[in-house]
Amino acid sequence: MFDQSQLQFEMIQLLDENGNGDEKELASFSDEFLVTLYRWMRKARVIDERLLKMQRQGRIGTYAPFSGQEAAQIGSVLALEKDDWIFPTYREIAACLAHGLPLAQIFRYVRGHLSGGRTPEHLNIFPIQIIIGAQTLHATGCAWATKLKGETQVSVCYFGDGATSQGDFHEALNFASVYQVPVIFFCQNNQYAISVPVHRQTASRTIAQKAVAYGMKGVLVDGNDALAVYKTMKKAVDAARNGEGPILIEALTYRLGPHTTSDDPTKYRNAEEAEQWRSKKDPLRRLRVLLERRGIWTEEKEEAWVAQVNDEVTAAYEEAAADETGSIVDAFNYVYGKPSKLLQEQQEDARRKRKQEVK
Amino acid sequence: MQKTKQRLLTGNKAIAEAIRLEMERDPNVFVMGEDVGVYGGIFGATEGLFQQFGPKRVIDTPISETAFIGAAIGAAAEGMRPIVELMFVDFFGVCMDQIYNHMAKIPYMSGGRVKLPIVLMTAVGGGYSDAAQHSQTLYATFAHLPGMKVVAPSTPYDLKGMMISAIRDDNPVVFMFHKTLQGLGWMDQLDASVGHVPEEAYIVPIGKAKVVREGTDITIVGIQMTTHHALEAAKKLEQHGIQAEVIDLRSLVPLDRETILQSIKKTHRLLVVDEDYLSYGMTAEIAALAAEEGLYDLDAPVRRLAVPDVPIPYSRPLEQFVLPNADKIFHEAMKLVNE
Ligand SMILES: Cc1ncc(C[n+]2csc(CCOP(=O)(O)OP(=O)(O)O)c2C)c(N)n1
Repeated sequence: MFDQSQLQFEMIQLLDENGNGDEKELASFSDEFLVTLYRWMRKARVIDERLLKMQRQGRIGTYAPFSGQEAAQIGSVLALEKDDWIFPTYREIAACLAHGLPLAQIFRYVRGHLSGGRTPEHLNIFPIQIIIGAQTLHATGCAWATKLKGETQVSVCYFGDGATSQGDFHEALNFASVYQVPVIFFCQNNQYAISVPVHRQTASRTIAQKAVAYGMKGVLVDGNDALAVYKTMKKAVDAARNGEGPILIEALTYRLGPHTTSDDPTKYRNAEEAEQWRSKKDPLRRLRVLLERRGIWTEEKEEAWVAQVNDEVTAAYEEAAADETGSIVDAFNYVYGKPSKLLQEQQEDARRKRKQEVK
Repeated sequence: MQKTKQRLLTGNKAIAEAIRLEMERDPNVFVMGEDVGVYGGIFGATEGLFQQFGPKRVIDTPISETAFIGAAIGAAAEGMRPIVELMFVDFFGVCMDQIYNHMAKIPYMSGGRVKLPIVLMTAVGGGYSDAAQHSQTLYATFAHLPGMKVVAPSTPYDLKGMMISAIRDDNPVVFMFHKTLQGLGWMDQLDASVGHVPEEAYIVPIGKAKVVREGTDITIVGIQMTTHHALEAAKKLEQHGIQAEVIDLRSLVPLDRETILQSIKKTHRLLVVDEDYLSYGMTAEIAALAAEEGLYDLDAPVRRLAVPDVPIPYSRPLEQFVLPNADKIFHEAMKLVNE
């Protein structure tokens, strides 16, 4: 008989909560890389906070903040090649940005613009997924196709701890493993699925261990340690690209904010817990400590960077807000390659009514 | 008539009260779903139940819709009366096999031996900018498939009374509540989301439509939000000297054909309004009913107003454009009476 206590998944960590770690290991990261990584994470945090504010002001729709998960998202995306595929959920705005999605496009998305879900042609970012777990299958299929076509991209599928309860997740892992396709299942275990804590979601001690049942590699990494995430991801991506098959990565992290802007987390978790994670385990803080120790980051640099990002946010918001394309008439064009006759009639009707409204 | 004291409740509190009363009465009733416990359901339909009945009878499930709906079938066959919440009706996609091949068919395929007294409660509807996968009503999708009753009450009074009926019904009942009629703080506040609800348990029968406004010139049939829009339109029509009769369908399955046919005998004109896609929808079903059984009562062709055949847009103005509202009903009705 085998018991899960016999499964040992040690959590990979390079940088501890105070910014310390094995010096030799840390020395393998260049100054330039560390600054890029930190800038992205700081930028993501600023954007997240601004989006939250804008939602409260009624300038954007419902929003799912990701604060606390910057290391997991940025660390993993920076390990990818430009043409690798990512399959994000509503929570992965930071990952999307770091993989090249223009900020103005994020604003189109959160403002409900008709083309908000459209990623630019040259970017391999799948439309943001809200149905829990569905994208695990799409990523598997995409990876399968690249394998069949003899291409080199890998597919990276993002999802939360809650998604691992969906049938889709299990079927995807099974498929990916049976066909040995180059897909990385990247789970951000932020410990809550809306109000449900992860220990009520699964009786497994780790999510990483679920891989074992499918004959797949699994790994557990400190999701608030950007360096560990980066290194783990890099290894996984290289292996997948090399034909070594799929892998499940569990990045252990914490959602500092509400599930979405219509959620009130005080209903189901105590504020102290979140405060602990915010003050002690913040992914930005520990990286900043390292940077400052190396003398490559200062308070002035921080201020200048935050100011620059804030300007970028304002400009991107204004660009999206001024975009007047995408009326209801256009909506009919996206349902099929070409609208059917009935749909064309409905479109004409919409055009007429819209004209009356504008008058 | 004696004037009873008004006891005002929001839609979600009315549902939660119905469930509470039935749970007190019958130990076999229990609730399962995502965030139905401490959180009280993301639309508040199970608020307070966890605190009263504890985690054995109000069960937060993993995000495994197939699992908890399938498990409800097994539990119901074993004599329990599960209420399961599918958070948004739009998510039926991940668990439809359990719903339509099993919940709806096992009683039939068992030759009537297995009874499945399940309430599948689910949130429907748009109007608050929640995009294509979180704003549908899908009334017709469920109503099309034999084996389940499908109800969609429009007022707190009916939500409570029909929930009690649904729980006591020995058949599977799909109980749809409209999100914007729940009275949630983070949504637009609608008068229609609050109403008089008696404290005690009472029943509103499944399969009975309600004439919510009497009139002589035109019949307007709606359900949930479209009923409320129709009532508003009727006020405006009255200013133009037109008396509209408004029917709140309340149940999609069984459909109360009598009430509709009676009404068109009187008004001779029929407008059907639906917050679901136009093609193959509830409006088509009722238009067909009028054509088959009431054609000689009609003075003009039936008119339908529904969501055009496009997914519901995310942006507020675009979404408002496709959803029926009082103004659109008023215009359609005016055209129809002038025909
Ligand atoms: C199939 C399906 N069921 C339920 C939901 C409702 N829902 C939206 S987010 C969420 C929690 C998801 O938790 P998790 O996968 O851990 O991701 P997180 O939100 O924490 O990033 C749920 C239940 C959904 N969107 N899709």
